[in-house]
Amino acid sequence: MSDVVLGGVVKHYGRVTALAGVDVSVPSGQLTAVLGPSGCGKTTLLRCLAGFERLDAGEIHIDGTRVAGGGRHLPAHRRNIAVVPQEGALFPHLSVADNVGYGLDRAARRSDRVEEVLALVGLAGYGGRMPHQLSGGQQQRVAVARALAPRPSVVLLDEPFSALDAGLRAGLRHDVREALRADGATGVLVTHDQGEALSVADKVVVLRDGRVVQAAAPTTVYREPADAWVAGFVGDAVLLPAVVEQGAARTALGVVPVTGVVADGPVTVLVRPEQVRFAAGPDAVTATVLRHDFHGHDALVGLRLADGTRITARILDGGAAVPLGGEVTVQLDGAARAFPAQAGPDLATSPLVDLTA
Amino acid sequence: MRRLAPRPALLAASTAAVAVALIPLVYLAVRTAEAGWDRIAAELWTDRVGLLALRSLGLAAVVTAGCVLLGVGTAFLVTRTDLPARRMFAVLASLPLAVPTYIAAFSWVSAMPRLEGFWPAALVLTLCSYPYVLLPVAAALRGADPAQEEVSRSLGRSGWQTFTAVTLRQIRPATAAGALLVALYVLADFGAVSILRADTFTRAIFIAFDLGFDRTGALVLSSVLVVLTLLLLTGETATRRRGARYAQLGGARRPALRLSLGAARWPVVAGLLGVAGLALGVPAVSLARRLVAGVSRPGALPEVLAAAGNSLTVSLAGAALTMLLALPLGLLAARAPGPLATLLDRLAYLSHALPGVVVGLSLIFFGINVAYPLYQTRWLLALAYATHFLPLAVGAVLGAAAQSPARLEEVARSLGRGPWTVLRTVTLPLVLPGIGAGAALVFLASMKELPATLLLRPTGMNTLATELWTSTAVGAYAAAAPYAALLVAISALPTWLLVARSGLLDKEKTA
Repeated sequence: MSDVVLGGVVKHYGRVTALAGVDVSVPSGQLTAVLGPSGCGKTTLLRCLAGFERLDAGEIHIDGTRVAGGGRHLPAHRRNIAVVPQEGALFPHLSVADNVGYGLDRAARRSDRVEEVLALVGLAGYGGRMPHQLSGGQQQRVAVARALAPRPSVVLLDEPFSALDAGLRAGLRHDVREALRADGATGVLVTHDQGEALSVADKVVVLRDGRVVQAAAPTTVYREPADAWVAGFVGDAVLLPAVVEQGAARTALGVVPVTGVVADGPVTVLVRPEQVRFAAGPDAVTATVLRHDFHGHDALVGLRLADGTRITARILDGGAAVPLGGEVTVQLDGAARAFPAQAGPDLATSPLVDLTA
Repeated sequence: MRRLAPRPALLAASTAAVAVALIPLVYLAVRTAEAGWDRIAAELWTDRVGLLALRSLGLAAVVTAGCVLLGVGTAFLVTRTDLPARRMFAVLASLPLAVPTYIAAFSWVSAMPRLEGFWPAALVLTLCSYPYVLLPVAAALRGADPAQEEVSRSLGRSGWQTFTAVTLRQIRPATAAGALLVALYVLADFGAVSILRADTFTRAIFIAFDLGFDRTGALVLSSVLVVLTLLLLTGETATRRRGARYAQLGGARRPALRLSLGAARWPVVAGLLGVAGLALGVPAVSLARRLVAGVSRPGALPEVLAAAGNSLTVSLAGAALTMLLALPLGLLAARAPGPLATLLDRLAYLSHALPGVVVGLSLIFFGINVAYPLYQTRWLLALAYATHFLPLAVGAVLGAAAQSPARLEEVARSLGRGPWTVLRTVTLPLVLPGIGAGAALVFLASMKELPATLLLRPTGMNTLATELWTSTAVGAYAAAAPYAALLVAISALPTWLLVARSGLLDKEKTA
């Protein structure tokens, strides 16, 4: 149980700057996700934290003790931080029980700690197997158990689910989250999968180009992203030009209350596709249906408004008949997030603009 | 990347290892330069050197062409046709690797004592060396993406057009690499050409030194041979680099379409059996016939045991020294790859390509002039093995290091174990088997090495290979047979590993 604080961490590889002054705090007993696209520096951050890399500047504190920075570099094996690498990296010559017991001292190995953590990850009774006799998902579970066994200050999970297929992934990340919680462990999960970060983490740190763009609870990151890029990165986004007058924005979809920048004037507002509702009413506007992407549990519908603006709506009754080329009426639900106005081309960074093209 | 040892120490050890490996080459250059240009020119521009060059290159060309025809043809037959008993033929075709060329030559001579000259040497070398083409080509044929051939067929090309336009191109890098390897081996071969009295560079060097005491002549001939070898080596490196592009064709493996041989089936089987008969049957029958007489000869057993003991100790020393030099090089290449590691690796390879007779010769001069305490000891011979077989060992260390990726060591560190504990509990248990296999490979290669052993063995010390050589030279074929049989047994193990690794033995997955 411990707080981890990184302050102004800088790391260069030759001329490439992987981390350009990163500040992150990891609250004790929680799971913090470090989310970012590939090449954003998230793996470097993890390696610095674990002690595999030396910092070029900045400091890392664990429980108030400085472990790196200011001329100090506590080696990896003295940091009490256990890693779970992407591909598990079980010791191939050791049984499951010996893998899990690797970080324990002799007395603890003979106690029932090994069996206890194996039970936590749902593999009670598997101690006698060898790693090659396990499936990919089971190997990952053992790797998590092995990291939990010595009760480290922090467990670092480096994209531990990305090598598994989608069906297995959802179940495993839930189980791992539960195992960490049951053991009271502090966790840092590095991932590029926004769904993974939002669904399991208590806190999400969004990293881009070696800098922290936003660090907040998952709901905050989704509903009140720091900028348009984060908005598009953590979910489907509809970005609309708007003008703010007295705390409300006038958009092509009507007038909506805004959060974020509230000074009067031109802005860009973010609405999520699920905020666009098919409805009839005095505030509803007419739109032409361009496209209907059925996903089973819901559907994304591409629409064109009267002024030519293209938007996307998410409807839960995904199988409902939506006539292509026909007209529907829509209105906005809830508040929109306002950002300083952007020029037109920047809107194209939203992954959904192309959808309706 | 985290490293096993601090990089400067590793780098220094690697550089030292490469320096040792380069002793023969450097010393050869130094001594040749000392002879003076006039002496060199006088030795060089003679009809004899011209004739030797012509004959050596001619032999290399003929054998390489023969090996490409036999190797590619057999590889295609055993991987892509409905040939009966394909796996058996695949194994039969690879087995000649287990017969050192001098033993094959010995068995032919002991069967037909008057056999000698260029063409018999070409025949024996081709029969011994075509697996060097067969194995990489068969692997390429098995690994090539069948989708390319299927696309070609679907676009309207016939089976034969597809074979020439697609398949042959897919295996071209493998064929070129195998062919150059054969050419290198033929240039370096000493035993077969000497036993069959085909006058090439290696034989001329040995005769000039051993019988004529003509040091300058031997040096100059060696330098010419080294230049020819380097030219081939450059070619080989170039094809390896180009080959990488073709090797990317990955994807799920599935068997390619098999060509039906139809009526040609039985003639093809007869042809393959004929080749196997020449390459394996002749040595086997000839050896077996002489072996009975050889073993029952009075006093045979103590002599064979003494020679085996000598081979054993000197090869063990060679293997130990080689691994000592190979460890830092292999670890450097595995954990700190970069231009410097590549350069050191290449330099180490250079010494491997030197003909054994040249290695032996330069180390004699080195022993006499620089390291006299080593001269006429087993240690100089062990050094020759180490410089000659270093790349074999480096490859094994590199492969072994891959068994313990840096990732695993990081995980172990993160679980609170210090560097020494990690070395003891994770790294060593994972890498030792591979390193042991490398040492075994070097040991076996040293056991059957002939030319450097002949030149460097302390006076009065006989090994299996030199006993075979001496007996053959005086026509005592029965006396030579037990040594030959033992050496074939020793060569069989690494051959088996090579064949197993090539994938020729894998059971076909049925689609």
